[in-house]
Amino acid sequence: MAQGTLAQEPDMTIDRAGGQTTVHLSGPWTAPHAQRVEALIGEIEAEADSFPVLFDLSGVERLDTLGAWTLDRTRHELSAKGQADFANASPEQKILLEEAAYRDFEGKPKPRHARSVDFLVDVGQSVAGAGKDLVGGVGFLGELISGMVRVVIHPRRFRGIAVINQLEQIAYRGVPIIVLISFLVGCIVSQQGIFQLIKFGATPFVIDLIGILVLRELGVLLTSIMVAGRSGSAFTAEIGSMKMREEIDALRVMGLDPIEVLIVPRILALIIGLPLLTFIASIAALVGGGLTTWVYGGISPDIFLDRLRAAVSLNTFLVGLIKAPFMAVVIGIIATLEGMAVAGSAESLGRHVTSSVVKAIFMVIVLDGLFAMFFAAINF
Amino acid sequence: MLERRHPDLTKNREVIIRVRGVEVGFGERTILKGLDLDVYRGEILGFVGGSGQGKSVLTRAILGLVSKRAGTIEVLGRNLDDLSSDERRQLERHWGVLFQQGALFSALTVKQNIQVPMREYLRLSDRLLDELAMLKIEMVGLSPDAADKLPSELSGGMIKRAALARALALDPEIVFLDEPTSGLDPIGAGEFDDLIATLQRTLGLTVFMVTHDLDSLYSVCDRIAALGEGKILAEGPIEAMLASDHPWLRSYFHGKRARAVMTGGAQG
Repeated sequence: MAQGTLAQEPDMTIDRAGGQTTVHLSGPWTAPHAQRVEALIGEIEAEADSFPVLFDLSGVERLDTLGAWTLDRTRHELSAKGQADFANASPEQKILLEEAAYRDFEGKPKPRHARSVDFLVDVGQSVAGAGKDLVGGVGFLGELISGMVRVVIHPRRFRGIAVINQLEQIAYRGVPIIVLISFLVGCIVSQQGIFQLIKFGATPFVIDLIGILVLRELGVLLTSIMVAGRSGSAFTAEIGSMKMREEIDALRVMGLDPIEVLIVPRILALIIGLPLLTFIASIAALVGGGLTTWVYGGISPDIFLDRLRAAVSLNTFLVGLIKAPFMAVVIGIIATLEGMAVAGSAESLGRHVTSSVVKAIFMVIVLDGLFAMFFAAINF
Repeated sequence: MLERRHPDLTKNREVIIRVRGVEVGFGERTILKGLDLDVYRGEILGFVGGSGQGKSVLTRAILGLVSKRAGTIEVLGRNLDDLSSDERRQLERHWGVLFQQGALFSALTVKQNIQVPMREYLRLSDRLLDELAMLKIEMVGLSPDAADKLPSELSGGMIKRAALARALALDPEIVFLDEPTSGLDPIGAGEFDDLIATLQRTLGLTVFMVTHDLDSLYSVCDRIAALGEGKILAEGPIEAMLASDHPWLRSYFHGKRARAVMTGGAQG
């Protein structure tokens, strides 16, 4: 075994002369050799049987906190059975051995539950969380409305420029992608409609299908989902990072109401912007549908328009449009609440942006379903 | 107050960081104009300079976070430009960095933060991994229950300590500290200085400390290097700084705030 001073690996020899165990350590007892150090420590613990045990450090080239800690831990564990000490440590090594002296870190162990209990706890917490979300949402709706009323009472506090700015972000910059997606969906629905209806020789009815589907449901739904993804997420991220950097608190101490300054303009912009986008999306989808019926069904645009005029009434159009502001409020409230819930870390911001988008899309679809039932009930 | 070692001891010491003719600029602006600097093994070097003079830029250039236009940087006798990426990783084990804002990973607890470099570079058993992280936490003067806290739950001083523990995770030879006492109250700053000095002695560290804190310069730094006009204006022990008649150094070390520290130091 290497007793030399230039050993590349940590090493040790055990010497049982004179009724005591002397462990001669050599080489670097440092972190890069951690595996070897741990293996040697295990050997020492197993083989040191006659006490006192003496650790001879004279051959140790380098010692760091890892080496010092493991050695002192071994010394401590052996000293439960008999005397164990260090010998020939240099002054630096002594300081380090003292600094990294063994101490008990075992705190109170964390309570561990069975998996089934964890699962039940999880379910319970989710249900309670959903309930809290609902209460928080309603409470926030109240705050928002009172904020809006305050703005109405004091029109000078209305931030017109902020609303315009948000409208640009939410509506104007969203037009291209929303037009594109609606156009494509219009094309796809009408193509599939033609393929199915052609079997019954009822190709022209695809125009009824497109007109009603797009105006009542698809236009507003596609737009809401896109806005939830595009603007809801941006909205949560903005408010969340402002919250993280105490900007919201800064507004408050200046006597500015964050709801009035940040949230009312955004939600107003959503309420104005979403119906506009819905209208544009519906037109784009109708154009897409018209183009497809022309190409695949051989129906000319003139006939398409005539047929469309007969198929849809103002009601059909209004059903879609009425829903849009409600979708806007739902998206805005969820995005704001998630933004306000951001705490501290970047991870928390990411989590809340994700959940803002997921919750908003989910709620938009649920709300659409409720509206469908409502309009069916009143025969609108 | 801690005893300062005699400055002459640095004369025959091994140079651990050698910076020669380093030039760093962004766009039109040249920030470092042919800077030379030596850092000796086992010393605490205080690095001062006005805001925007490039203190952080030099630190970042040495760490390889900013690319330089000219010059050489040698760390532990190896030219950083000549290293392959593997060799560079090897070298990076030998230094630890305390960023100004701590730069703790916000999604991880303090203990996990300290274990990040250990997991990456060392092959340790889980038990030893936990024990070593706890040891570092204690060495930097944090209480053991801070181990399972997230950075967002810590105070400014605790963040600095936790970040120092992470910088020390691999038992580095060189530690870079970027304004370690900024944002701490004077008592906390004093304790942090003492901590750095204690760790420097027990672990044999070389400390490269960017600082504005005159107290730190007086109490823990063996040597001071002052940066200005893209170069080192002066370097040496605090006495040399005080004796210098460069206008910037005079106003820095003989200003109203500096005099308060000096007289306070003389009484203490």
